[in-house]
Amino acid sequence: MSISFKKPSILPGFWPAFSYTVLYLSLIVLIPLSAVFLKSVTSSWAHLWEVVTSPEVVASYKLSFGASLVAGLVSVVVGFLVAWVLVRYQFPGKALADALVDLPFALPTAVAGIALTTLYTEHGWLGRYLAPLGIKVAFTPLGVVVALTFIGLPFVVRSVQPVLADADAELEEAAASLGASRWQVFRLVIFPVVRPALLTGFALAFARALGEYGSVIFIAGNMPMKTEITPLLIVSKLEQYDYAGATAIAAVMLTASFLMLLAINALERRTRRFMVMG
Amino acid sequence: MATAAIEVPRKSEAGARAIRRDPPLVRWGLTVLALGALGAFIVLPLAAVFVQAFAKGVPAYLAAIREPDTLSAIKLSLLVAGVSVPLNVVFGVAAAWAIAKFQFKGKNVLVTLIDIPFAVSPVVSGLIFVLIFGAQGWFGEWLSDHDIRIVFAVPGIILATTFVTFPFVARELIPLMQSQGSDEEEAALTLGASGWQMFFKITLPNIRWGLLYGVVLCTARALGEFGAVSVVSGHIRGQTNTLPLHVEILYNEYNYSGAFAVASLLSVIAVITLTLKKFLEWKTKEGAK
Repeated sequence: MSISFKKPSILPGFWPAFSYTVLYLSLIVLIPLSAVFLKSVTSSWAHLWEVVTSPEVVASYKLSFGASLVAGLVSVVVGFLVAWVLVRYQFPGKALADALVDLPFALPTAVAGIALTTLYTEHGWLGRYLAPLGIKVAFTPLGVVVALTFIGLPFVVRSVQPVLADADAELEEAAASLGASRWQVFRLVIFPVVRPALLTGFALAFARALGEYGSVIFIAGNMPMKTEITPLLIVSKLEQYDYAGATAIAAVMLTASFLMLLAINALERRTRRFMVMG
Repeated sequence: MATAAIEVPRKSEAGARAIRRDPPLVRWGLTVLALGALGAFIVLPLAAVFVQAFAKGVPAYLAAIREPDTLSAIKLSLLVAGVSVPLNVVFGVAAAWAIAKFQFKGKNVLVTLIDIPFAVSPVVSGLIFVLIFGAQGWFGEWLSDHDIRIVFAVPGIILATTFVTFPFVARELIPLMQSQGSDEEEAALTLGASGWQMFFKITLPNIRWGLLYGVVLCTARALGEFGAVSVVSGHIRGQTNTLPLHVEILYNEYNYSGAFAVASLLSVIAVITLTLKKFLEWKTKEGAK
């Protein structure tokens, strides 16, 4: 059994390390997560269906899904621009700009949430210039998009940057020497190389945005049917001691997360193969 | 003749570089746009935290930080990170050792399973522990019979934080140890080193910067986690409030300068994290050369 399971090696410690890994993974992650599904099975299916398709919950799916999608797309455009400038151009302060890209990874989400809210309220540094134009950001779905873009941006930059840096210069040179214009080189040579990385970055940003809580709840204002994201509904069900309802919505969210995880793994494998082939 | 032959590719190389270089107008335009976006999306929120924190002056700032509830939140946050980070370090090293140094069936599945906590919403990460240890949970009755509190108490906060920060160290170490291979370890063993000697004298020094990198990211997230901890904490002031939860409470009480003062502490930690991260990235690149 052990021979067919593991290739022989002279290094020691496989079984203790492997067993501990599986044990700890089960105790901290797998068994607790299975609670969501086991718990939802104990309620009646009719009740579960009623919860996850109630108008308030459906409205929250629309907001969470839609805002994550828009934020992912904005992150792709802005993130590609930032990655391009950081890889291709030299300018003073470049190292600082590069380090700042990671700030949304490092800044606690609650801090990001209150900071973005103060910026975009009617009297905020940015909100006061947007208000006369009729653009309201704080306490609207647009605010949710802004918060999710803040969270998503680094995923795209960090996915695209290494691919852009490794892109083969000779291909570009060959295309240019054969008479392609700069724009044609970009569209036909550079863009196809970074497309898988852009897609991976988008998927990572989108997946993170779907479940995001801390940075959104302050700027969203949490008005029923309008600016309530799905994770917030789980919290409010819990606050009303409606465990079954919270669990049902959580099961829907977990299923969506797992599908995204599988998609991201497939994308990353493809990107890697693409890079090896290139 | 020979020098001319060498100069030809050099010339074309310079020419090729010129081809890849965008016109100055495009270059400057795009740079300004990108920096503008970084400024608006990332620098402004950070600046806003500090400006708001000091809006009522330095004495008010210091008073907000010296408040007993803030101090107890700092203590709790440090305690939580102090327990969950070491747990995940031990796991990360063990997982990376098994995954990077050995070939076995189902390895890809194991790697994917380790990534799960990153894919799960923080709110759901908290909920699962309420479902198990809460009053209506699997162990709820037994726990209340024995007067043990896990959810809405410190152990629940530690569990939720451990779940959320679970993959950080393992994820950093697995690719690093894979790229390093096992030659040095095998040499040590052939020369008569014991397993632990090999680990402490060869493996650990080889992975130290990568390990530290994982620890830095793990600690930052452990100190800053909000959603998961918010669900399991029960929000008891001075008892189960971590720093991010304390920020929320102050903010919801319209104590903005207090909320931003506490938020500024977390922002300083974030900036330190970024600095350490850059330093360690530079160190690991040095090591690779």
